[in-house]
Amino acid sequence: MGLWTNLFAGLRNLFGKRRAEQELDDELRDFLEKSTVEKMRSGMTREEAQRAARLEMGGVEVVKEDVRSASWETHIETLWSDLRFGARLLRFNPAFAGAAILSLALGIGANTAIFQLLDAVRLRTLPVKNPQELASVRINQRQSMSGSSRGRYSDLTHAMWEQIRAHQQGFSSIFAFGPTEFNISPSGQVHDVQALWVSGQFFETLGVVPAVGRLLTEADDHPGCASSGVVISHSFWQHEYGGDLSVVGRTVSINRHPFPIIGVAPAGFYGVEMGRYFDIAAPLCAEPIVEGSEDAMLPRPDGWWLAAMGRLKPGWSVERASAQMKTISPGLFEATLPPEFNPEQAKRFLAYRLGAFPAGTGVSDLREDYENPLWLLLGLGALVLVIASANLANLLLARASAREKEMGMRMAIGASRWRLIRQLLAESLLLAGVGAFLGALLARSLSQVLVASLSTENNPLFVDLGTDWRVLGFTIGLAVATCVLFGLAPAMRATNVSPGLVLKESGRGTTDGRSRFGLRRILVVSQIALSLTLLVGALLFARSLGKLASVDTGFQRDGILITDIDFTSLNLPTERRFPFANELLNRVRAIPGVESAAISKIVPLSGNGEAHDILPGVSGIPEGKISSAVFNRVSPGFFATLQTPMIAGRDFDEHDVTGGPLVAIVNESFAKKFMKDKNPVGMLLRVRRMSTISGPYEIVGLVKDTKYVDLRETAQDILYTPLAQLDRPDADALILMRSNAPVSVLISSVKSAANAANPDMDVSFDVFRQMIEEGLLRDRLMARLSGFFGILAVLLAVIGLYGVISYMVARRRNEIGIRMSLGADQRSIIALVLRESLLLLGVGLGLGIGLALAASRAASSLLFGLKPHDAATFLMATVILAVIALAASYIPALRASRLDPLEALRHE
Amino acid sequence: MTDTSATLVQGTLDMLILKTLALEPLHGWGISQRIQQLSHGVFEVNPGSLFPAFRRLERAGLVECEWKISENNRRAKYYSLTKTGRQKLRTETKEWERQVAAIARILQTAS
Repeated sequence: MGLWTNLFAGLRNLFGKRRAEQELDDELRDFLEKSTVEKMRSGMTREEAQRAARLEMGGVEVVKEDVRSASWETHIETLWSDLRFGARLLRFNPAFAGAAILSLALGIGANTAIFQLLDAVRLRTLPVKNPQELASVRINQRQSMSGSSRGRYSDLTHAMWEQIRAHQQGFSSIFAFGPTEFNISPSGQVHDVQALWVSGQFFETLGVVPAVGRLLTEADDHPGCASSGVVISHSFWQHEYGGDLSVVGRTVSINRHPFPIIGVAPAGFYGVEMGRYFDIAAPLCAEPIVEGSEDAMLPRPDGWWLAAMGRLKPGWSVERASAQMKTISPGLFEATLPPEFNPEQAKRFLAYRLGAFPAGTGVSDLREDYENPLWLLLGLGALVLVIASANLANLLLARASAREKEMGMRMAIGASRWRLIRQLLAESLLLAGVGAFLGALLARSLSQVLVASLSTENNPLFVDLGTDWRVLGFTIGLAVATCVLFGLAPAMRATNVSPGLVLKESGRGTTDGRSRFGLRRILVVSQIALSLTLLVGALLFARSLGKLASVDTGFQRDGILITDIDFTSLNLPTERRFPFANELLNRVRAIPGVESAAISKIVPLSGNGEAHDILPGVSGIPEGKISSAVFNRVSPGFFATLQTPMIAGRDFDEHDVTGGPLVAIVNESFAKKFMKDKNPVGMLLRVRRMSTISGPYEIVGLVKDTKYVDLRETAQDILYTPLAQLDRPDADALILMRSNAPVSVLISSVKSAANAANPDMDVSFDVFRQMIEEGLLRDRLMARLSGFFGILAVLLAVIGLYGVISYMVARRRNEIGIRMSLGADQRSIIALVLRESLLLLGVGLGLGIGLALAASRAASSLLFGLKPHDAATFLMATVILAVIALAASYIPALRASRLDPLEALRHE
Repeated sequence: MTDTSATLVQGTLDMLILKTLALEPLHGWGISQRIQQLSHGVFEVNPGSLFPAFRRLERAGLVECEWKISENNRRAKYYSLTKTGRQKLRTETKEWERQVAAIARILQTAS
């Protein structure tokens, strides 16, 4: 009750301020009046009585102040008036205020944007019912796997999933899912959308309710389901169907198969993958229909394409569920062992053990790729903010010395030091507050730009960037931290004056006191050190990106267009596929402007790959570990198209066909490893795929090493075989063509060529160079952001140095005047000033190199082709910073040398 | 008016104000006079501490105030005890008596 009385009375006073003051005034006047009357009764005159009463009270204003300070609302009033006073001071210095707010807004904005991204992909839990109860099930510490995989989470095969569902005990419900893409165009040009294969209990386990219609249930997911329905996401419903309520019952074409839409998932539900989204969710059982019997993963015992997640039963911990998974593992892997595995593969497979892992924050491949880089960037951003704060502290220190007398005066007439510090801090708080507010606004667009820069057409991202309490807290925390960082020291310093001394001092010193100047020097030195660290980081990432972009891939990446012609819809028998693909190739070769073209099963650096065991010689299985190599199946002309040099032997030709002798081409690494550096041409080898051995193959050619899946990899051992000799050709052709013609012209020519062969095929395109560059997104992000931070840091540090040197020149005007009148020439004055800045620079750079050496180690795993302590980078950073810094201090030095000595001596 | 007027023990002013208000509502001057009278001039209450004390007690919900016309036909602010104020006075008095008795016992045995 006391609390409410207090609160209510305080608010009344706060809003009815005049009345409250009037009442206090009346009450005290009444008291004085009564006191006076009493004193007159004892014989004083009216004047004497009034005087005595007043003396007794000891100052009406003092009593009022005492009464006011017994109430909480006064503190708010004081804060408010401090803020108003601060705002007035800032209005008088628009340049200072503008620069301060801008640097803070940039610093806080960049940090908040990065944090927002981290929050979205790392910290936030899934927007579903009780996310903390979710756990995923996968193989514990799986080193390698055999078979074929698809999608971002190839944790399990379908057979394993069925076993898990049947034998698990820790989960009240459990589901499997696998991300994929669906072509929703009924014919012609491919239109891919993001899709999810989900088992029956997907939506139920997550506790999701439909926006329209119904969601998939256990009943929809049964083996061999022929006419199952699909669920679409809320956003897909909005942009594809305009939010039409009659969408339920309509059909959507998935890889040319019609599926009825049974419902719409709720808005804001994007599945269990952080950073991704889905347009269509279809039941697992429909996979063989959509993919076709040849490509379907579901029936394959060695097809890895699913991930499992479940909701723990009450009373079951993740550890307990994990232990149960481990117990059922031996039987489970025994039952799901792919029969075609060879003994080594089987042994590895049977040693697998399942485990359960907390999954409240969902799953994310982005997290694995970007979590560490983002933390690193957040660290760099924080350093920039520290540099910006140091600048502000420096400016405030300069103002503090200008206001020394004012502070002395105010302390002399009775202001307490704490009161003055509070007032100075209010000004900093105002700056930090406005800076943080603008920074938060900036962060909203910055984080969107960040996500957009990581998202590509082939790999679209969706990051829910809503501002939650964590982001809000982070921004406020930054504002308070910077405020204390740049405001407290100057405020302490400004009020650390002895009133008497200040008032006596005339302000005319010859040289400046070291103690007062020391803090500013320390600030500048640390700014230089920090900005050197950031500059080193920026240069490291930029050079690493440069090295990656110009690394020798073994082929030419420019002028190559990739066309994927999928002719599954033609239902060609296997033996007619290669001739048809060859016909398509010949049509492409005939297009004017196409210099050369070839088909390959795997496009280098596309992320796809294939590996099998190599058995040298014509018979027998060698003892011990059997080595494997990566494969590609190519048509004649592949090496010419990519301009990979042929070192020995020949390319494949039209005689290398089914029925003829099996041939192969190897690269240099392969030859080095399996042929011990001898000329491999003419040698024989066999290939073991699972437990099937094929061959012998005769090596007919040797080519230069090329990159296979990743630009960062060291040369892989590659074996090429002719596409024409494949037992079971695919029903699609990946045609690589070299041409100088503009891409758009080429695309339309290829389209019409494909149409002429058969109009009923799915055709899609990719530019080789673009595809490779998309693999460098992370490196480009690091280079860009660290570059931005580096430039900002150097700029801020140089402004800081310039400020301090200018200030020093201003304070030492008298001294400089005396020196000049005693005969010092311009050059010696410039040297005098530059010596000061060289000292600061030297110490700063020295410390900075040490700091950068320690800090750059954090970046080592992200760098390519150079060590984190790369000497050239350090040298470059040091020289750049030194040159800019000296140029900046040359300006005040020059100004000092042009002082009129008389003027300078007269100066107060 | 003499140097013999004692300073109050810390925290007892609030209790004395509550006591003077237990009989009837009073204005500021009345309270100060009443304390002086009841203590036979031992305690002289300074307005500088009296008025902040009023504000404190008011905010704690122990007293409430009202503007009334005083005996000399002027507007004056009258303070009166609230229910919680009355309770507080009772417990404070009891506590005070307990402490005084204890101190007295100690002083007697010591001599």
